[in-house]
Amino acid sequence: MYRYDDFDEAFVRNRVAEFRGQVERRIDGSLTEDEFKPLRLMNGVYLQLHAYMLRVAIPYGTLNSRQMRQLALVAERFDKGYGHFTTRQNIQFNWPRLKDIPEILSLLADVEMHAIQTSGNCIRNVTADHFAGAAADEIEDPRPTAELLRQWSTDHPEFQFLPRKFKIAITGAPNDRAVTKAHDIGLRMVRNEAGEPGYEVIVGGGLGRTPMVGKTVRDFLPKADLLPYLEAILQVYNLSGRRDNKYKARIKILVHETGLDEIKARVEAAFEEKKRAFSGAPADLVSAIEAAFAPPSFDNTRSLAFDRAQEANPAFRSFVETNVAEHKNPAYGIVSVSLKPVGGTPGDATAEQMRVLADLAEQYGHDELRISHEQNVILPHVRKADIPAVYEALREAGLATANIGLVSDIIACPGMDYCALATARSIPVAQAISKRFDELKLEREIGPLKIKISGCINACGHHHVGHIGILGLDKAGKENYQITLGGDGTETATIGERTGPGFDADDLVPAIEAIVETYLNLREDAAETFLQAYRRLGADPFKQAIYSEKDEARAA
Amino acid sequence: MAREYRPRIVTANDLIEGDAVYFTASHGWSREHGEAVVAFSADAADGLLEAAAKQQDRIVGVYLAEVEMGPDHRPQPVHFREAFRTRGPSNYFHGKQAQA
Repeated sequence: MYRYDDFDEAFVRNRVAEFRGQVERRIDGSLTEDEFKPLRLMNGVYLQLHAYMLRVAIPYGTLNSRQMRQLALVAERFDKGYGHFTTRQNIQFNWPRLKDIPEILSLLADVEMHAIQTSGNCIRNVTADHFAGAAADEIEDPRPTAELLRQWSTDHPEFQFLPRKFKIAITGAPNDRAVTKAHDIGLRMVRNEAGEPGYEVIVGGGLGRTPMVGKTVRDFLPKADLLPYLEAILQVYNLSGRRDNKYKARIKILVHETGLDEIKARVEAAFEEKKRAFSGAPADLVSAIEAAFAPPSFDNTRSLAFDRAQEANPAFRSFVETNVAEHKNPAYGIVSVSLKPVGGTPGDATAEQMRVLADLAEQYGHDELRISHEQNVILPHVRKADIPAVYEALREAGLATANIGLVSDIIACPGMDYCALATARSIPVAQAISKRFDELKLEREIGPLKIKISGCINACGHHHVGHIGILGLDKAGKENYQITLGGDGTETATIGERTGPGFDADDLVPAIEAIVETYLNLREDAAETFLQAYRRLGADPFKQAIYSEKDEARAA
Repeated sequence: MAREYRPRIVTANDLIEGDAVYFTASHGWSREHGEAVVAFSADAADGLLEAAAKQQDRIVGVYLAEVEMGPDHRPQPVHFREAFRTRGPSNYFHGKQAQA
């Protein structure tokens, strides 16, 4: 895992000291809120409905046990004993007091963590495939690139005042688990005909009020050209992106309004200039970062414990089916720990649970943890023979929910339970859906199905790319929920289509149930997933099911 | 015919704690919605907002919120967002509901 060098350490410490002074001056009245707000946002401090919120970056979703324990300590000492993992590989603390935040940032700096650039119109936390370095389908670990981008983008003087925020995601595998096509820049590691590794570069994706699937500007970019090429994209955006209208300021609008060919031409022209002036990152820096992400020394001893435990314990077998993914080393598995218990808050973990996860990572997982954009925690390297013991420990901590990728593995933003921007609540919707499908006992029968819920048009809950997406709105002073169907956040990215008028909270869960029932009735066989069936059938049968149901409910 | 003015209160968040606070008749701040001073005209509301906004050293994010008068003559939130701010989140028993 990457360790801070002296430069990183000094930079983060200086920022904490600087922010401590700014908070003191805000509290003693020397700074007005107008003066202070941009300073606090640069350090991840938001004002929510009931309290401040601190958003801490988990770069490329990677944590070690020491860092996870420190998050537990912060949760316990300065929050209400829990933290909320977000869809952008961040953790949010919902209840810090303003005067305590410098102390929290100092504790985070002790374990090489920070909240820098988790807000504002700059390049945000770079996200990556949560199975990076472990997945069987991977071309190369994308995290050395993500770390290089973190160093390049942090405090980059040219890109601190972009027209709007800027999000980069990277995957090293053909199966896209990082939603790269819904980011301002998405990078997919690929190989050219000569077998050399490089990147497919995608720009202009994004969700929010104008959802768009990103477009490829370069099929193959040699690795060494990455920084000058990204500088070129950012420069074109910085100069030409719209600053007249906040809602049209993201790069996706520039790409859409300018046209892909023209954008490509401008980027390539800027790239030629950048490349002449700057040959890329120094080779020794790149090799030092790569060395920091060298795979752990795997223990290749196998035993029958894994297979025997599956034969003996059906609950463990279910857990393995959904929560254990194929590792590149056949003696290992990737264990996903669901933060979606029935009726729980998606993405929340208590301090005790964080400590259990830290202990398991240390004891069984080469000291590595990952946070996924799907708001779950991953133990990326667990020897198969140890998975039964890991499962037992998770079960005792209430962390063994066997639902990864199923209907109750719901993404939900904090919504109007916390967020000042929200137009409706998300969490109670997620809770009600997971409870209902638990009662029906149909989850396994339904199979892979991604439900994603956002509490406003900004789409932090990724509803546009949910197989079933739910968007909460304020309709004449009442919470109302629109449904979209057929969204997909993978390499076959698709924006979901709206079914029609929205539903009140009470009618929403029956509508979701009717959609799922329609799928079960119409699928060709159990192997046809919801998304495949939707693509074959189109929206009509699903619309018929929910709108007739709704009318019946009204008539009753 | 002019539309009838809907009464409003001034609300903000506490500078240090960050919780919802309400501007009172004595130009102080209360953590209880019902203790807010109510403006029954646009002019009165603007005056309250101006006075409240001067207290930058105590509060953050000040704005006017619509209310209706309850049977006890205390203001009640109109919008669900403001109702949530008087209670706290619905997923945990935290915030104002836990302090009552």
